[in-house]
Amino acid sequence: MSFIAKPEVSHPGMPKNKLGLTSRDYEGTVSTLCAGCGHDSITAAIIQAVFELNIEPHMLAKMSGIGCSSKTPAYFLNQSHGFNSVHGRMPSVTTGANAANPDLTYIGISGDGDSLSIGVGQFVHAIRRNVNMCYVIENNGVYGLTKGQFSATADIGSKPKKGEPNNQEPIDPVSTALSLGATYIARSFSGDKEQLVPLLKGALMHRGFALLDIISPCVTFNDHEGSTKSYAHTRQFYHHVVDIDFIPPAEEIKAEYAEGETMSIELHGGSTIVLRKVDKDYDLTSRALAFKYLRERFNAGEITTGLLYLDESRAEMHELMGNIETPLSQLPLDQLHPGKEELKKLQSRYR
Amino acid sequence: MATVNDVVIKIATVNGTGSASANGLLRKSIFRMGVPVVGKNYFPSNIQGLPTWYEIRVTGDGYQSRSNRVDVMVAMNAQTYVQDMADVASGGWLIYDSTWPRSQLLNREDITVIGIPFSRLCNEHFDGARARILMKNIAYVGAVAALLDIDLEIITALLEETFAAKAHMIESNIEAIRLGFDYARENVDCPLSMRVKAIDATSGNIMIDGNTAAGLGCMYAGATVGAWYPITPSTSLMDAFRDFCSRYRIDPESGKSTYCIIQAEDELAAIGMVLGAAWNGARSFTPTSGPGISLMSEFIGFAYYAEIPAVVFDVQRVGPSTGMPTRTQQCDILSCAYASHGDTKHVLLFPADPAECFYTAIEAFDLAERLQTPIIVMSDLDIGMNDWMIPELEWDEDYVPDRGKILGAAELEEMDRFHRYLDVDGDGIPYRTLPGVHPKGAYFTRGSGHTKFGAYTEDSAAYQEVIDRLLVKWETARDILPKPDIRYSKFNSTGIITVGSGDGACTEALDRLAKQDIGLNYCRIKAFPFADEVCEFIKQHEVVYVVEQNRDAQLRTLLIIDIEADQGKLVPLLHYNGMPIHSGFVVDKVLQEIAKGQAA
Repeated sequence: MSFIAKPEVSHPGMPKNKLGLTSRDYEGTVSTLCAGCGHDSITAAIIQAVFELNIEPHMLAKMSGIGCSSKTPAYFLNQSHGFNSVHGRMPSVTTGANAANPDLTYIGISGDGDSLSIGVGQFVHAIRRNVNMCYVIENNGVYGLTKGQFSATADIGSKPKKGEPNNQEPIDPVSTALSLGATYIARSFSGDKEQLVPLLKGALMHRGFALLDIISPCVTFNDHEGSTKSYAHTRQFYHHVVDIDFIPPAEEIKAEYAEGETMSIELHGGSTIVLRKVDKDYDLTSRALAFKYLRERFNAGEITTGLLYLDESRAEMHELMGNIETPLSQLPLDQLHPGKEELKKLQSRYR
Repeated sequence: MATVNDVVIKIATVNGTGSASANGLLRKSIFRMGVPVVGKNYFPSNIQGLPTWYEIRVTGDGYQSRSNRVDVMVAMNAQTYVQDMADVASGGWLIYDSTWPRSQLLNREDITVIGIPFSRLCNEHFDGARARILMKNIAYVGAVAALLDIDLEIITALLEETFAAKAHMIESNIEAIRLGFDYARENVDCPLSMRVKAIDATSGNIMIDGNTAAGLGCMYAGATVGAWYPITPSTSLMDAFRDFCSRYRIDPESGKSTYCIIQAEDELAAIGMVLGAAWNGARSFTPTSGPGISLMSEFIGFAYYAEIPAVVFDVQRVGPSTGMPTRTQQCDILSCAYASHGDTKHVLLFPADPAECFYTAIEAFDLAERLQTPIIVMSDLDIGMNDWMIPELEWDEDYVPDRGKILGAAELEEMDRFHRYLDVDGDGIPYRTLPGVHPKGAYFTRGSGHTKFGAYTEDSAAYQEVIDRLLVKWETARDILPKPDIRYSKFNSTGIITVGSGDGACTEALDRLAKQDIGLNYCRIKAFPFADEVCEFIKQHEVVYVVEQNRDAQLRTLLIIDIEADQGKLVPLLHYNGMPIHSGFVVDKVLQEIAKGQAA
């Protein structure tokens, strides 16, 4: 409902990126979500990340399903194509879009209901295929648009606004993605932009399936006392384990890091991720150890955040399939068949 | 007096025993003798051990449908022996494996029973259980060849082609052929009074199944993304596309593929992938069957409203529910026409044979992009999985693909603002843009209410304006879709309408009825929404038979809904037992209706 038009003026002194664009050029229409919604903070972080990455807006595609989270692609990147699909089916649409044209950067916005209830099948299979995309789950533990029913990420004992506490096991998108072989897995909090923006940048630049599970409190239906997805609860039990700095290609690492505290990993596009381990023992290159660590912390009631797993070596969908580098959508149709004479010849086997 | 080139051979075997190759060999040999044949495979939804039949109709007249008669039964399956014997037409022959005694209780005086000890012959000549089973099948080909006078040299040539890379296989197969052939020659008065005689009626033709032809069509149309979930009877369409692509779609420089086939986790994902790829400018498609259409319905409605091209092949099988997955029907006409909730309706194309599967596949991609909507190609198991004789497929070098109204970077640069759903040309078809081309082309694709400018809306008038414009597009579709095939006889008061695979049976029935001085005018529908010509055809006649293969007269219903056809004159002739329709059914039904009319 973008009936409130945004003013089209921008301050002449606004910083510009390498393309000469300001962050205003990466905005969308006015959000229609509730005031204070975590999703709007994520929208702002996406705008900042894409602006700072100098991505041409039309070279990015915004994909989503259905729900509060899936509405947000309208609120950022007006100059990018958007595809607001059907409930739980964003992964398949993105898979097809990527199959046609891998040159675009794909950001998929989904929610906990969209990805882990109705869409869990597509979510897991997009990971299996290692579709090159940044997959954001704006995780608030409830269905907002239908007024507050629990989703599959609701924790045991979490209290709804009305009714009985949840007593079913939650599905954790991070450990699910870990078990399925996702190659970039992170968790963050909508209220922690400082951590979130570099994680988004890394996810957008990672070649392969990058999952970002972002706790994003629902101020209307799940921000009360007794909820485990509220602002207060998240802030209290929020535990950084590996933060990252994102260094674009050909840029020097300027920050000063203490000896032994950091580790650099180069991404395929030439950018670098500098890992700052808050917990020195955490090994984000081992699925087994990461899984163990996450379960232990989860059992202790903590919300582990940061870049939790990274594998830059695994081939993404197109490489796995051996597809040509030119986007399939750009191949001239008349070069895609062997012509009249060959059609005649190939039919000899049907005689 | 001998009957020449008009005989039906039916072979009863157990599936998983290699009988398919033997039956193919037999069918192809007759075809190579220049005699038209119809091959129908009646197989179980099973991999090994259940009864399966193959029927070869030798038809010198070149008819396309099966015959409901069996002249020569090769009863190789003890399990179905009773039924198989009962199926033989009076005066016909039954061949059985006489290695073991057969119950004399099962006998018919009006047919000739021929015993050939296939198992014993093969056990004496071949080693190993598997080889003996396989060769037993080849041996009956030899016996039938002797009985019907099929050219042994042609069979030998076919075997040599098939096993070009495996010389030892040629030798053993020829040996097995000879076992059956020689035994029949020595013990039976060969050939029978029904026989095959070489003529020149198949040159310029091929024998191919519809799924293979459609897969070939997709390759020629330039499809680059195929997403699918395996389902009988559509699976072989994607298999064929893959085969052709692995031969013709490998970039010679890089050795990489210029196509992408994704086996989806289900049909919901398959159609989602097709839409994502088409939205992004690739020609994409999915083959499926009825249950898959049910699962795809939400997305099909989305594509209708958001106006995204898609090509869907529905190779129909018997429903409802799982139904009979290996039997044929035309039972998805209504569910495809109106797939999805809300006011949606979809363009359907009805190929009648494998040749039309090839050409329709290409046309479907053009129409999908021209109309920016899903196009559903309504094939069925009979067309899709059986081998049909068709004229050799031809490629028009002058073919120019229709990509529809897509704005490029230069056009967008010139524009002040682009609006996705504006009817600029008055044909109800708006312009679209592809991602990655120009920032001015950006728009938000959504299935929620939108204005003609592409913005979200809950405003009644703005919503209705778009949904009404889609009706303008619907009428444009009606004008540009393939026209019906209409043929007039010399009598003009009664018409007959059919669709898809009903064509062969109706065409043959018209010939048979003409011999009884009954003339019917014929209209074979090729697309929905129905062309004005269909409307006119119905108006011209007092009575119109509507021949289709489902219980509920779905085509007839659609005629009443779409063009407000007078339902009183539309007489349904319905064949829906899962077997392909045959001319005898149409003839009998028409005669019954005429008799009813005379009685009244």
